[in-house]
Amino acid sequence: MSGTIVTHDIDIRSHDSDGTPRHMGFFTDTSICIGCKACEVACKEWNHVPEDGLTFTGESYDNTGSIGANSWRHVAFIEQLKPLEMADSQGTGGLRWLMASDVCKHCSNAACLDVCPTGALTRTEFGTVIVQSDVCNGCGYCVPACPFGVIDRREEDGRAWKCTLCYDRLRGDMEPACAQACPTKSIQFGRIDELLRIADGRVETLHARGESQARLYGADRGDGVGGFGAFFLLLDEPEVYGLPPDPVVTTRDLGRVWSMAGAAALTMIATVGAALLRGRR
Amino acid sequence: MVPEATPTSYYGHPIIKPPIWKPEVGVYLFTGGLAGASALLATAARHRGNDVLARRALLIAFAGVTVSPVLLIMDLGVPRRFLNMLRVAKVTSPMNVGTWLLSAAGASTGVAAACEVLGILPRVQRVAETSAGLLGPPLATYTAVLLSDTAVPVWHGARYELPFVFAGSALASAGAAAAVLTPARDAELARRVAVAGAVTTLTGMQVMERRLGDLAEPFHSGPVGRFARAAKLLGAGGAAALALGGRRRPVAVAGGLSVLAGAMCERWSIFTAGRVSASDPRYTVEPQRRRLASGG
Repeated sequence: MSGTIVTHDIDIRSHDSDGTPRHMGFFTDTSICIGCKACEVACKEWNHVPEDGLTFTGESYDNTGSIGANSWRHVAFIEQLKPLEMADSQGTGGLRWLMASDVCKHCSNAACLDVCPTGALTRTEFGTVIVQSDVCNGCGYCVPACPFGVIDRREEDGRAWKCTLCYDRLRGDMEPACAQACPTKSIQFGRIDELLRIADGRVETLHARGESQARLYGADRGDGVGGFGAFFLLLDEPEVYGLPPDPVVTTRDLGRVWSMAGAAALTMIATVGAALLRGRR
Repeated sequence: MVPEATPTSYYGHPIIKPPIWKPEVGVYLFTGGLAGASALLATAARHRGNDVLARRALLIAFAGVTVSPVLLIMDLGVPRRFLNMLRVAKVTSPMNVGTWLLSAAGASTGVAAACEVLGILPRVQRVAETSAGLLGPPLATYTAVLLSDTAVPVWHGARYELPFVFAGSALASAGAAAAVLTPARDAELARRVAVAGAVTTLTGMQVMERRLGDLAEPFHSGPVGRFARAAKLLGAGGAAALALGGRRRPVAVAGGLSVLAGAMCERWSIFTAGRVSASDPRYTVEPQRRRLASGG
């Protein structure tokens, strides 16, 4: 781990100087996203993600539609009849345009990983969540388990795919392709604790400039998924961006649900037992 | 200027990905429950010395555990990797737990059924049959955990009621199938189990729908609503026939088939309600908004 690779003023090395892996993630600051989709392209190039259909959706400049097996970054375009709130903005005719690059959240408590029956989904030394494609048997359980609708099965090969947070690049102390390609530093990569500090400062700055709706999404380590490994700064409610307002890891109540299933199984035995006692044959 | 509608999603796209499981999984909910409860019924009948009923229930269970893995493997994206399910044992994955359960129940039921048909190794058969009978109930109820351990609003919202709905449905199916195939004088236990199961599952559905509140909407409209209504009518009608006229074989056959059809409709309505609720962002956003508003 020799040499210092520092860009964007953030230390992007994924290991401490003694080689210990760090907890790495993304901070996507949507307030400075310009909708160039360089992140989508860079991701596809580096990770060999196949084409995702060449359709015209008519939904603003978004022809990707959503994150899926073949789109691991997705830039959303939201057109609103709301003037920009910032004090230094003017003459936008009452229309504001929100752009946001969505990605796998790499949840601290990840439902996809919990429910995976083969162990194909696993947590890396950097705290990120990846699918081992040589293990996945395409059972599809992770797909409806994800509270964000991120992971999906690829039609062509029957396996589940999603963002790896460029696991291969992290192993080499390189930043993920999308973050490197982002021209405005909307996508920032670094240690989670450092990113959280930067994000807090950014919200303060925006609030001071009159953007009262600026808020962090996924920064709270006490939320329903234990905080995101890839969190966001949003300028409106999460659902406006197609994100759930209060995501919860689906396995949170699993212990109690298993108890209910056990109780229901015992009820079956009791029911048959009662029928046995009352009947002659 | 037209006032802006309150946005609940991004161009109306679903927030979560709807389940991609094929119809085979919906059918498996029925066959797995039928197999599990039939194994339990076989063990109970044997205990009572009713070998006529025990034999039929055991063979029904065997048919169920034979068809079930085929349905599940057909659903996989990479079917030849089905054994990867058994490379770990993982309690946070109901599908993994279920695969172990189905494997163990399948092996026990298979051994017991083979001994029964060939008339050999009675002591082995007794052990295998008891094992199958004990594995049957969890095999019938884990599928409720399988569905509810997802972000699918209807399934997750019903997580505490669904195990009882599935337990009742499995008992109803097993009792009804055995009542159809068994001479009426040997089938009293089967009929009782069918009626008790039907009552349990229909009550469970009512409780589930009430607890779901607005989320129960899918059960009252469209194709899902039709299956849910059919499930209630066929289940209640069939159970009434079995209870009142089940001593007469033709009535038992008609009532049993009606209960079976009702159980299939019920499983299908729950399976498809999941997809409907996942595809509409309202069902994902609104309960979460209410949770945030109530501070919990």
